[in-house]
Amino acid sequence: MDLSSGVTETSIESKKTVKKKKINKGNLTPYLFILPSLILIIGFLFYPIGTVFYYSLQNYDIAAPFYNGFAGLDNFKTIFTEDKMFLPSLLNSLKWVVSEVGLQLVFGMIVALLLNQTFKLRGLVRAIAFIPWAISGVLASSMWSLIFNEHMGVLNDLLLKLGLVNEPQAFLAGTTTAFTAVILAEMWRGIPFFAITLLASLQSIPTELYEASKVDGASRWKTFIYVILPQLKNTIVLTTLLRVVWEFNNVDLLFNLTGGGPAHSTTTLTMYIADLAVHGSNFGYGSALTVVSFGILLIFAMIYLKLSRYEKE
Amino acid sequence: MLFNNKKVDKLLTMYLPITFMLCFTIFPLYWTVNTAFKPEGDIIKRPLQYLPAHPTIDNFVNAWTNIGFATFFKNSAIVGVTAVIVVLVCSTLSGYALARYQFKGKRAFMLMLLCTQFIPRAMMIIPLFIIFKNLGLISSPLSLIITYSAVEIPFTTILMSGFIANVPKELEEAAMIDGCNKLQSLRHVVFPLLLPGIVATGVFTFIYTWNEFLIALMLTNKQDKFTLPVGLSSMMGEFNVNYGALAAGSVIALIPAILLFAYAQKHLVNGMGGAVKG
Repeated sequence: MDLSSGVTETSIESKKTVKKKKINKGNLTPYLFILPSLILIIGFLFYPIGTVFYYSLQNYDIAAPFYNGFAGLDNFKTIFTEDKMFLPSLLNSLKWVVSEVGLQLVFGMIVALLLNQTFKLRGLVRAIAFIPWAISGVLASSMWSLIFNEHMGVLNDLLLKLGLVNEPQAFLAGTTTAFTAVILAEMWRGIPFFAITLLASLQSIPTELYEASKVDGASRWKTFIYVILPQLKNTIVLTTLLRVVWEFNNVDLLFNLTGGGPAHSTTTLTMYIADLAVHGSNFGYGSALTVVSFGILLIFAMIYLKLSRYEKE
Repeated sequence: MLFNNKKVDKLLTMYLPITFMLCFTIFPLYWTVNTAFKPEGDIIKRPLQYLPAHPTIDNFVNAWTNIGFATFFKNSAIVGVTAVIVVLVCSTLSGYALARYQFKGKRAFMLMLLCTQFIPRAMMIIPLFIIFKNLGLISSPLSLIITYSAVEIPFTTILMSGFIANVPKELEEAAMIDGCNKLQSLRHVVFPLLLPGIVATGVFTFIYTWNEFLIALMLTNKQDKFTLPVGLSSMMGEFNVNYGALAAGSVIALIPAILLFAYAQKHLVNGMGGAVKG
């Protein structure tokens, strides 16, 4: 009796400690696993973003450190009342984002639909169509600068041959043509992003759906509008939002093809900030502009997700 | 069907648009390669040559040795390879934690990863410059390696946790019943199955580091520390642009990206689709 109870007691006790150990171990391991990632993310993503808000309330000019110190909302007041660059660059951002995302979405959709068909050499055609996705903004800039150039640019040569212009144009130096030129180059680079993501979700649409609409005698256009598009809705909403944020912040082509010129006609808000950061020294003011542009994006994202009723239906 | 004749229909709705799309995609690449092989004088000469009349590799030699593309290439490679290693180690560990463990704060961690995807990169250049200036790491490859890793880890963690979740847990347990310890079962059972995913993640990370411009521009101010994008950009910013060398430098920067992309592109549609859906 005594013996057996003793045995059960120790066995229960040992079971308890085993269980305890296991829980402890199970608790600690995942934290150890995420620790390196957590340190990098907090230290070099969240901390920098936090300091932007701090610097936006400071006079912080590395070229004039005597005046550095707390500035309250002065930087923001300057942005909204005195800065003559702010509103035009915000409008340019709007123009840039709407035309880029719109064009890339439409052409990306067309490419995805084309590549979703079966034809010979489809793998190769897909690989080629996606190449610009792997090409950097700087590289795209240098490639397109060889096309747009006034003296050696091939676009001028082609237009002259077709008789569409009488003399070579300096596309990147004209206030109206510069914007269009950069839009075209960025579109070239951006189409694959939509084509890839839309193609991925096209492939997840069950083939029965197509067949059913075929049996019902629907035209291709109707099949697209009523069958395919609703299936793609969530992907479109999400990728478009990601792309708006991305294009709003993207300056690689603007920076290298036009530098924001001529006469600031291609200076978007982010281009303005990048120019201040790279060539200027007033980091407090640059930070305040950054906070404003972040606020604009945040408000846009909230309204967009609300209006599009993401994931509902 | 849009057109009665089946052949005409296929031509107009499939082959013609596909041909047009391919031409539009390839044209800038073709023109860059074409320019890179032309001697200096031929580049501006009209009529323009659509194939180099006197092909030469002078531009490549000039770009590689005189302009410094050998250095830019080396800098980009060092930053890229190191960042890929850091990213793969960190994101495999954190991806494993997400896929295999339930723990307090898991949801918060996931939410944090998703939030980072909405942080504008351009927003970070001023604070990053200040941080690395205080650390004395401006123009050091370390500043780029750290930043690129931090930027990439959230997305690659989500990607890796998806890949790991696809490896059946039972396989791991079976290996442990057969006498493997945890580490051995990870090494001999999980790792080989994960390899394609790890390779794809590594390639995408490398392409990102190879292409990134604005952060590299902000954090580097010595020419011998330039990465390829910063080097190309500084060439384009010069008053008299040497277009032949610019084209050759572009081709040099292009080759590794295209080769890696060609290798990994079949993972792209699946990986991206998963990431967007999940």
